[in-house]
Amino acid sequence: MSFLRNKIDQIKKPFAKGEKWEKFAPAVNAFDTFLFVPNHTTHKGAHIRDAVDLKRTMVTVIIALLPALIYGIYNTGYQYFIQIGEAFSFIDAFMHGAWKIVPMIIVSYVVGLTIEFIFAVYRGHEVNEGYLVTGLLIPMIMPVDIPLWMVGVSTAFAVLIAKEAFGGTGMNILNPALTARAFAFFAYPTYMSGNKVWVSEASNLDAISGETILGSLAAGNEVTYSMLEMFNGSIPGSIAETSALWVGVGALILIITGVGSWRIIFGGIAGAAIMGFLFNLWGANALMSFSWTNHLMVGGFAFGIVFMATDPVSAAQTNKGKWIYGILVGFFCILIRVFNPAYPEGVMLAILLMNVFAPTIDHYVVEANISKRKKRWAAAQLKTA
Amino acid sequence: MSKDIQIRNGSNLNLEGDADKILVDIPVSKTFALNPDNFFNITPKLIVKEGDSVKKGSPLFFSKQNPRIHFVSPAAGEVTAIVRGAKRKIIQVVITCDGSNEVVSHDISDFESLDADAVKEIILKSGSWPFIKQRPYNIIAQPEDTPKSIFVSTYATSPLDVDYDFLLKNNKDDFQRGIKVLNKLTMGDVNLTVDNSFKGFFETVKEATLIGVSGAHPSGNVGVQIHKIDPINYGDKVWVVNPEDVVNLGILFSKGEFSAQRTLAVVGSSVQKPQYYKATIGASLKPYLETSGIDLKEDVRIINGDVLSGSKTSEDGYVGFYNNLISVIPEGNHYRMFGWLPFVDNHVPSISRTSFSWLLGSKKAKVNTNLNGEERALVVTGEMEKVFPMNIFPMQLIKACLVEDIERMEALGIYEVVPEDFGLVDYASTSKIEAQDIIKKGIELMIKEVG
Repeated sequence: MSFLRNKIDQIKKPFAKGEKWEKFAPAVNAFDTFLFVPNHTTHKGAHIRDAVDLKRTMVTVIIALLPALIYGIYNTGYQYFIQIGEAFSFIDAFMHGAWKIVPMIIVSYVVGLTIEFIFAVYRGHEVNEGYLVTGLLIPMIMPVDIPLWMVGVSTAFAVLIAKEAFGGTGMNILNPALTARAFAFFAYPTYMSGNKVWVSEASNLDAISGETILGSLAAGNEVTYSMLEMFNGSIPGSIAETSALWVGVGALILIITGVGSWRIIFGGIAGAAIMGFLFNLWGANALMSFSWTNHLMVGGFAFGIVFMATDPVSAAQTNKGKWIYGILVGFFCILIRVFNPAYPEGVMLAILLMNVFAPTIDHYVVEANISKRKKRWAAAQLKTA
Repeated sequence: MSKDIQIRNGSNLNLEGDADKILVDIPVSKTFALNPDNFFNITPKLIVKEGDSVKKGSPLFFSKQNPRIHFVSPAAGEVTAIVRGAKRKIIQVVITCDGSNEVVSHDISDFESLDADAVKEIILKSGSWPFIKQRPYNIIAQPEDTPKSIFVSTYATSPLDVDYDFLLKNNKDDFQRGIKVLNKLTMGDVNLTVDNSFKGFFETVKEATLIGVSGAHPSGNVGVQIHKIDPINYGDKVWVVNPEDVVNLGILFSKGEFSAQRTLAVVGSSVQKPQYYKATIGASLKPYLETSGIDLKEDVRIINGDVLSGSKTSEDGYVGFYNNLISVIPEGNHYRMFGWLPFVDNHVPSISRTSFSWLLGSKKAKVNTNLNGEERALVVTGEMEKVFPMNIFPMQLIKACLVEDIERMEALGIYEVVPEDFGLVDYASTSKIEAQDIIKKGIELMIKEVG
């Protein structure tokens, strides 16, 4: 270990302060700190610090994403083989999925991290770890057959416009991964909706077609999937969004580790359940009478509320605000699904909309605290006067 | 009527090196020093120069902001050095004892019949005034003010903190007298907060409102208690005094001389024999460190105060003016391979559940000064609120301080906080934010702009 350490210290020499390549230090540090927690000690403030840091937090999110990702890879193959009617094993399905999805992940990481590194060097700060999660999220919420170059363009758009333009990690208003999806959705609609994009190779083979459940409902078609299939996720959809079961496992990891806000997750589920239930009572069309429990399982709702709405930067930041934000995300998600069949996937737009309003929610929560304090001051002044 | 308070948010850090309840008396050190940096926002004006001989209680310097506030020598001897830093800032006034034990004495006969102004005058003249601090800002109190109440917190919750019941058990009468003195200074209550589960001898103290406090750190911070019991409004002044300084005021009004008693607990994982010492403000630290069995050849950090908000010193340092605690922990200037992975290196304590250290239960943790990461943009939200038990938005207040928005700082409650209340925020921060430093700068700005 000390041999490796010495080697790295040697490599880093020209990047030290005052040396030739000082400017590029953030890029080198980013790799170094992935091997070793640095030897930095506290200089001011508390002399001891918690073991937690941003790397640890972000990697915990990645761990929480893995069950949904692995199932998503398998499901990609499963949907394909089921449609062409070939016999297949778990490994066949998994390999088919991996063959499609791993390149998307690589493209997303390469494009996004390149931009992150350039900005870190340009702005002279360390590379923030947030992109590790964003970079994995982007392919996970895309349809499987989207061309790789579109993944690249959407990623670049998201990182540049949604994140760096606002000042980088911690400053963005919109969730970058969802911005990437929204960009692809509106720029390349034929690759992002319809019945030829959700199953692998559907656009090449006539025999294959598959509509998402929400898509068929919006088109007025019969839903042929059982509740169990909706729950464990063996249905067509964006790569990793389909399985409520494995998304739920991820949610558990996030809640137990405290990395994801349970207030947002439970608020979102409550909001969607109430809205779904109200529409069930109304029941004017197939979408409205689609059971509220099924609403929670199909489409991207589960994935969105667990992994996207909980992004701490773009969500509300106060505890009370998180409840309001979560409930409204759930509420609007079902509202959009039911009232606007052009966008059967309501959760993306619901979260982006609430991202925009999150600072407003926080503003009112904080103002309430301020006005309480000012009232106390006024009362005290009356007493002494 | 019971006004007991219970504080929910916060966290007790269970660290190695708690002091045994043994009080040791070792020979007094030869050199003493007073460090003006112990007094927040004070510009010292020297009265003595090198070579002057001083008695115990002779003034060494006074505050430029208020010349009535004197800072006096804790021992008799000769001023042997005035250490200056950059821009000729005074770092230390060093006194070497000559063994004469000469003391400046004051007339305190019949103090119970004196009025507030006369009592203040004695405290000021004796050099004991700096024992009394003011909230907001945690600066030395202004003698011209009359506080709305006075708080003394004997509930110590900082990591490895002292047990005031044990520490003051030989000074019960002086403590009671000190409380009487404080009653002269305010029209309101003298609030004495105690550990609700063990009140000790404080239960018998008269002329003070006894308030039981329970909860994890920072519930022992007097600022948190004031916030719950009698919150500070715009323009309010509340005074606070450390328990042992109540004793020092009591001694002043019984013996008529400046008392610089400071019982020390030397604690931390680098200490072989963590225990209590009878010491004096400004005494040289070395004898206490050596008696405690600290290997000074090892790379250790010596802290005047607790590990969350104390100030760094060295083996050649001196006992600070306000702290009862000397913490010694190893430096953490080494690398940890893949230490950033979640659930790895669980021996490093963590409030966050991204480590299994919370499963280790009551095992005492050995900590060092490693930052355990690098500074990053503020990403994670809600973690500050978990360790910040006031009805104040900590992150919003920190941001207001960063952009120096005075009106917003005021509205968000800057008057009610001091840096030490953010000790755990510093500790728990995922992005390694220096919250205490930001709040300190914010308070300095408030003093400059608002006063």
